[in-house]
Amino acid sequence: MKITKHTVDYVANLARLNFNDEEALKLSAQMEDILAYMDKLNSLNTENVIPMEHVKPVSNIFRKDMVSPSFDREQILRNAPVKEDGAFKVPKIVE
Amino acid sequence: MEYEVVIGLEIHVELATETKIFCDCTTAFGGEVNTHCCPICTGMPGTLPVMNEKVVEYAIRAGIALNCEIAHFSKMDRKNYFYPDLPKAYQVSQFDLPLCKNGYVDIEVDGKIKRIGITRIHMEEDAGKLIHDQWGTGSLIDYNRCGVPLIEIVSEPDIRSAEEAKAYVEKVRSIIQYIGASDCKMQEGSLRADVNLSVRPIGQEKFGTRTEMKNLNSFKSILRAAEHEQRRQISEIEHGNIIVQETRRWDDTKGKSYSMRSKEEAHDYRYFPEPDLVPIELTDEQISKIRKELPELPEDRVNKYINDYQLPEYDAKLLTVSKNISDFFEQAVTSGANPKKASNYIMGDLMKLMNQYDDEAIPFDGDKLAKLISLVEAGTISQNIASKVLSMMYETRKDPAAIVKEENLAVVNDESALSEMIENIIAQHTKSVNDYLGGNTKAIGFLIGQVMQKSKGKGNPQMISRLLEEKLNKLK
Repeated sequence: MKITKHTVDYVANLARLNFNDEEALKLSAQMEDILAYMDKLNSLNTENVIPMEHVKPVSNIFRKDMVSPSFDREQILRNAPVKEDGAFKVPKIVE
Repeated sequence: MEYEVVIGLEIHVELATETKIFCDCTTAFGGEVNTHCCPICTGMPGTLPVMNEKVVEYAIRAGIALNCEIAHFSKMDRKNYFYPDLPKAYQVSQFDLPLCKNGYVDIEVDGKIKRIGITRIHMEEDAGKLIHDQWGTGSLIDYNRCGVPLIEIVSEPDIRSAEEAKAYVEKVRSIIQYIGASDCKMQEGSLRADVNLSVRPIGQEKFGTRTEMKNLNSFKSILRAAEHEQRRQISEIEHGNIIVQETRRWDDTKGKSYSMRSKEEAHDYRYFPEPDLVPIELTDEQISKIRKELPELPEDRVNKYINDYQLPEYDAKLLTVSKNISDFFEQAVTSGANPKKASNYIMGDLMKLMNQYDDEAIPFDGDKLAKLISLVEAGTISQNIASKVLSMMYETRKDPAAIVKEENLAVVNDESALSEMIENIIAQHTKSVNDYLGGNTKAIGFLIGQVMQKSKGKGNPQMISRLLEEKLNKLK
């Protein structure tokens, strides 16, 4: 599958990453390699293989619905770069 | 040209669990900012989510009550997007294997029953809340709501009018309340609806381009937003413009919708299986156990009210629309109230008061209505005074007997006091008195009314009419 610079830009934008032209070119080649590797799987006969829905061979791990104390607000906010009035502060979100 | 509107709804319901979906933090509404948080629900690196068993149970109940197939194998997925109300930069949701699918609900509009298909119901986590700071220098985030469990109920595009949309949400809300999966308090945002709407010329098979209005949290705004958007789209088409597929924000105060171009770009959520949560596998036995234990649904109560309480179908349906009202009615009946009398007070005075105060529930228990009814039956207060007491009960939550005593509202059975009032009225209204004496017996109605008014509605009506007749006959 051909990966164009457009595809790299699109994926980079979704991940909020910025690349210059040189980097984008390098990445498009790498993405192409990765996808070519995945294509190899298509050459296998999977007729009798059950589709894998999840990587872990276990299911039904649940918790009881019982409240435990939450963390102190100071502790929750300790690593926040900016805080105000007990809240995390981020650049203004415009709608 | 004549147009037809096509609506599909997504309803988000916060489940009535004690704790969040993946951690032990409380789901209580309205705590101090960021005090219901832990490293899991604030998305700290290295933390691991574990599914709350109650979430799965409530979601299955909802699926059964909405006539869905319950999946024997279901899993959680990550929905990736950047928005600061979501600290992990993804929402844990369900993509291709939702817990419930292919259901339906029957709604009634203008006396006609219509079936609305339900595509799927899936489980997911709620996001935090953005607070815009007063200086406009940034946005503040409160993560108390982040990780509160939600189910999203997605309908088929089967809805053909704003009224049907409202009826559908009302019906789903009522069913979810009955099965105890959520309180569905719209004022607190525990039920929010997204309206997907398009229009097409009547007869055209292909759907028009749709727009989406998110997070509508009252029946009134659902109705108004759908009506407005329908008119807007028709007007755009009539003016030769093209409908853009977009998210629009509904401003209920202004009664207008606005384009939200900022949200347009990234509808590519790159879902993938959540590796930190294991799949959910259910056996037929587990599903049928939940089905057997499912609480009474509105239809069950309608039948009970008609058959056991001999209520008219109209009453039975109206009383069961909201679980709050239906529970209140049942409390009143259990406390000894006559079902039809209780129903009349609820459908009349109480629903009027609920509308007036914009309440979702009656602020006192049903046994107090039973007490009020017994005061009327015992002749302690009149029918008219009962309405007055009821509105005071609504405002003060006091016991009816206490209100009657404090406000001195009991029927006046004092013959001498009533006689005095009657003599005054006879003296003041000679014309009516003469009419009566001249053979127009209807004139007595007016005089009774005057005495009643003089007694502030408290006079015993039988006594008034007896005394009045005696006194008038003496004048003959």
